[in-house]
Amino acid sequence: MAYSEKVIDHYENPRNVGKMDANDKNVGTGMVGAPACGDVMRLQIKVDDNGVIEDAKFKTYGCGSAIASSSLVTEMVKGKTLDEAAAIQNMEIVEELALPPVKIHCSVLAEDAIAAAIADLREKRGETADTKAETAA
Amino acid sequence: MSNLNIPVYLDYSATTPVDERVAKAMTDCLTLQGNFGNPASRSHVFGWKAEDAVVEARKNVATLIGANPKEIVWTSGATESNNLAIKGAAHFNVRKGKHIVTIKTEHKAVLDTCRQLEREGFEVTYLDPEENGLVDINKLAAALRDDTTVVSVMHVNNEIGVIQDIASIGALTRSKGIVFHVDAAQSPGKVAIDVDAMNVDLLSLCAHKVYGPKGIGALYVRRKPRTRIEAQIHGGGHERGMRSGTLATHQIVGMGESFRIAHEEMDAENAKVEALRDRLYDGLKDMEEVYVNGDLEQRIPGNLNISFNFVEGESLMMSLKDIAVSSGSACTSDSLEPSYVLRAIGRNDELAHSSLRFTLGRFTTPEEVDFTIAEVRKAVEKLRDLSPLWDMFKDGVDLDSVQWAAH
Repeated sequence: MAYSEKVIDHYENPRNVGKMDANDKNVGTGMVGAPACGDVMRLQIKVDDNGVIEDAKFKTYGCGSAIASSSLVTEMVKGKTLDEAAAIQNMEIVEELALPPVKIHCSVLAEDAIAAAIADLREKRGETADTKAETAA
Repeated sequence: MSNLNIPVYLDYSATTPVDERVAKAMTDCLTLQGNFGNPASRSHVFGWKAEDAVVEARKNVATLIGANPKEIVWTSGATESNNLAIKGAAHFNVRKGKHIVTIKTEHKAVLDTCRQLEREGFEVTYLDPEENGLVDINKLAAALRDDTTVVSVMHVNNEIGVIQDIASIGALTRSKGIVFHVDAAQSPGKVAIDVDAMNVDLLSLCAHKVYGPKGIGALYVRRKPRTRIEAQIHGGGHERGMRSGTLATHQIVGMGESFRIAHEEMDAENAKVEALRDRLYDGLKDMEEVYVNGDLEQRIPGNLNISFNFVEGESLMMSLKDIAVSSGSACTSDSLEPSYVLRAIGRNDELAHSSLRFTLGRFTTPEEVDFTIAEVRKAVEKLRDLSPLWDMFKDGVDLDSVQWAAH
């Protein structure tokens, strides 16, 4: 299987790898997937006082496309409000990384990870869950 | 040739390069100046010469497995041999019974042939091997019934390299008058084969795992006691009616030469390959959370199938871009299911997803093994740094206790 240049770039130089304090009230953590399925993504976002995402970190167990998809979304969500981040669609990831059809589930997983991280953050902050984020699952 | 050829080829169980000596023998059978005749032409010297070459090849293949040359039927490869053997024997014996016994870790060429027979009304028992990959002879004996006509068990498993106890199974099936088929695609030149001592009735072979060409194989069909099969391909009555079609002299000569070399050089080659495989394993076994899949003793010399827990196999292969290996990870297959062989020996999905198969062979060098050890260690370390599962493992989280959101 040949990978696109962008997948290889994200795979070889993954952006924003790491872990943030999950107990920080400004940090939302989303962990999606399952080891049995061959991919698990952990995406964390940190918002500033204005509710804008100022930092994002990920760690992913999975194929090259799953790692690239999660690396890409950490770049995409930075600087966005939660509503803007929640509006990210998996097809944007597919197009940006030129994922083949067999790898579309990696992009879906990344979209799910964003939704899960946002839901976690909103719950911590006592906000009601945004309807848009809930449609992703 | 340097001793480190990049990319390093460690996928000898997928296929092997053709040995130079084999390639030479084959090219002598193609052109006007060469031995190009039709071995079935009885009326002139071109045909006679081609037939002589086929006879010689038949002898070489038969010698390696302890058979009579008359018991060798040429086919297009092990897949065809498996089809011919299992369908041929099942159909021939249909009045005696319609039950077949095989193992879950067989190659797809056997499993899919059995599925087809199920669609035709046959009943198939698929036995689970033990955790080391080997079949328990008592469980196999218990699965046999009065209407069982065929037992099919592979000699060497293509993924984990374990060697089944063919002789014990053969003694059992012979005592019950059941046809015993063995898929031996992976064993020539690696493990001794003696069809008489092992009481094998039908045995599938191919050339391209033994430094011969692709597209040629053979089926051993026992003459005493006679094993009868129904042909699957009909035509000019070649190969005593069991497999029609003009014999491909150059392919057959290539297979014969590759089996001759395998027979002569087997002992020395296995000692060399085993030392390299052990060198590879020694270079990796001190890493954390590394598991060998399949029995390490009852195993061909060149196979190391190993799972690197918390690292996914396909991404690992992506990091090993200068090394050609294969993985039991789902992502390398079209089905998105992890290796059915690793699942059948009781490995969980995580470990199946995390497996790599290294298969070493005739042209592997110590320098290539050392390069591989360094690259694998680097890649596993990098991917574990990226893995949330590794984090959790290091934090002491029991991954089995986590409620995963399946997708």
